[in-house]
Amino acid sequence: MTPDRVVPVRHEADVLAARQAARVLAEKIGFSETELTLIATAISEIARNVITYGKGGEMALEVVTERARRGIVITARDQGPGIPDIERAMQDGFSTGNGLGLGLPGTRRLMDDFHIQSVVGSGTTIVMKKWKR
Amino acid sequence: MHVPILKVGPVLVAAVQDELTDSGWRELRDRLVERAGRDRARGVVIDVSSMDVMDSYATRIVDAIARILRYRGADTVVVGVQPSVAFAMAQLGLRLPSAGTALDVDEGLVELQRRKHPAAGQHDS
Repeated sequence: MTPDRVVPVRHEADVLAARQAARVLAEKIGFSETELTLIATAISEIARNVITYGKGGEMALEVVTERARRGIVITARDQGPGIPDIERAMQDGFSTGNGLGLGLPGTRRLMDDFHIQSVVGSGTTIVMKKWKR
Repeated sequence: MHVPILKVGPVLVAAVQDELTDSGWRELRDRLVERAGRDRARGVVIDVSSMDVMDSYATRIVDAIARILRYRGADTVVVGVQPSVAFAMAQLGLRLPSAGTALDVDEGLVELQRRKHPAAGQHDS
């Protein structure tokens, strides 16, 4: 699978660039305005985590077709310290040192599919999908 | 990405016209707090009608602005949240406990009036 776009996520301006890139791609396959906003918001939340906790990384955006439906897959990767307790991080109200939380449960609600893999010491990968209604 | 802040009588209106970075939001916070004191503002309207995304950081900063300005005697109302943005904010579980909300700038000015002079029987939050 070759992504349609790979966006570096290192500085806070990259959050806006990632959001914009996904919007352009998702618009092409006909997502509704509300769906575009949900996708852009999910990207914003995850990209901030990549920068703040993951020490920077990248986001790959890909249009996928499965049977009759089309969607967008967003893969966020960082080589940061990783998340020691994913189960806890996926609970509402879980928060890290600065009291802000990772926003993962909220972000999962914006998307149709959300997978997270994290290895302490080597990084975190999040794959999230949204199907066109 | 410099957000224009207009003075309308005792009220400051900040119209966020471009997507802001996190530091852009912090800069808006600092400028609004400074301007509210200098202009002796009794209320602040933050117009986000041009925003495609209001994520957790933006929402947190806007609510912080409202909390800070309350200590300075000014109320804050957020106006113009687009329907799809409102939908995403609700799904994400974001809260804006300290700032009021209204549909547009006109309604925001009415809401500020109501907050300063709550009618009998209404509770001031």
